[in-house]
Amino acid sequence: MSDRILAGTRKGLFDLRRRAGGWDVEKVHFLGDPVTAVLNDAGTLHAALDLGHFGVKLWASRDDGASWEERPAPLYPPQPEGAEEPYPWKLKTVWTIEPGLVPGVLWAGTIPGGLFRSADDGRSWELVRELWDHPGRKKWMGGGAEQPGLHSVSVDPRNPARIAIGVSTGGVWHTEDGGRSWELGAKGMYAEYMPPENRYDEIAQDAHRIARCAAAPDHLWCQHHNGVFRSEDGGRTWTEVTSMQPSKFGFAVAVHPRDPKTAWFVPAVKDETRVPVDGKLVVARTRDGGATVEVMREGLPQRHAYDLVWRHALDVDATGERLAMGSTSGGVWISEDSGESWRELPARLPPVSCLRFA
Amino acid sequence: MPCISFTGHLRRYLPVATVEVAGDTVGAALSALFEREPRLRGYVLDDQGEIRRHVAIFVGGERRALAHPVKPEDHIYVLQALSGG
Repeated sequence: MSDRILAGTRKGLFDLRRRAGGWDVEKVHFLGDPVTAVLNDAGTLHAALDLGHFGVKLWASRDDGASWEERPAPLYPPQPEGAEEPYPWKLKTVWTIEPGLVPGVLWAGTIPGGLFRSADDGRSWELVRELWDHPGRKKWMGGGAEQPGLHSVSVDPRNPARIAIGVSTGGVWHTEDGGRSWELGAKGMYAEYMPPENRYDEIAQDAHRIARCAAAPDHLWCQHHNGVFRSEDGGRTWTEVTSMQPSKFGFAVAVHPRDPKTAWFVPAVKDETRVPVDGKLVVARTRDGGATVEVMREGLPQRHAYDLVWRHALDVDATGERLAMGSTSGGVWISEDSGESWRELPARLPPVSCLRFA
Repeated sequence: MPCISFTGHLRRYLPVATVEVAGDTVGAALSALFEREPRLRGYVLDDQGEIRRHVAIFVGGERRALAHPVKPEDHIYVLQALSGG
């Protein structure tokens, strides 16, 4: 089991450890700076900071956080003069950093929607032009943010050239050749927020987060703006899970690393308010592929709780037993029994934007 | 030569001090400084080489663009715009 969690927050990166006395904050990095993405890959820690005034910065540590070095952030290439563009070619946020499952390769998903690839462990980045130049990209829209955001980069562990990405709002896209060609594939998803004639438009789908089962990589789950969907064909076609409780809206999804039928969600009231249903924070779990859903609340606040768990703030470790989540109100909860019960970290953090086992 | 000073906020991230640099525009003076401190560029300019939205550059009491001419006796202030929150 993993005894370490890295939590990126509005005011710094928190290194959480499990010791004999339980989980606690071990160290705080970048105190005061918003951390939007974090990754521990092959012994290197990566953190994406959004400094507001001074832009996005990437930092890396090769000694487990004892020291950090700034590395170049992804840069959009010069924007062509006169081309009609829905938004400027300027990096706003690094929303996710994912391992490429090939030594040295990392992927960065960003707002306003660019996918960047590094072949040297984050020392340099290149925009994936084949996706950025795809005519469909200009149809992407903002979701919760003003501009589109590429939040999920799901690499098939059997073949690292096969990747599914999720965009809010732009559907699910696939490459089979490491990013040289891309196809839209979100068949079966529907968008309640679109006019009836656009409801099944695959590019209009607001996939909030996509997660893949490591041991059964054709099985993907998606927490979508208006429901939960699952796929058994690598994310090309999707079926709605209609049994979601207590609501079908949410941001986060985690999938059991070995059992493709087990997944966890943190439901909330849909977009008008974005708070837990009845002020009670719960985790929803299915263990039968979505046929039934259990609602778990032991150890979670059940009175006037307005914690929202963002799309990158729920994670499951490699055993599938230990889960962690962090909220917009700064709460962090950890489960060591597959989500059935939870214990709160004895600290209130700044609002948590991302969290993962390390 | 024109002088450049930076907001104290930026000194949290970079070892910047008030310095004299050659240049006949704001942009030219900054470019000369970026050669000495390459990391600084990304803190002041965005992907398209424009002044970051939440950075403000003042010369002679007014907010200025990169193309604004500067004289040897001018002082360039690189500040955080309050729009950044």
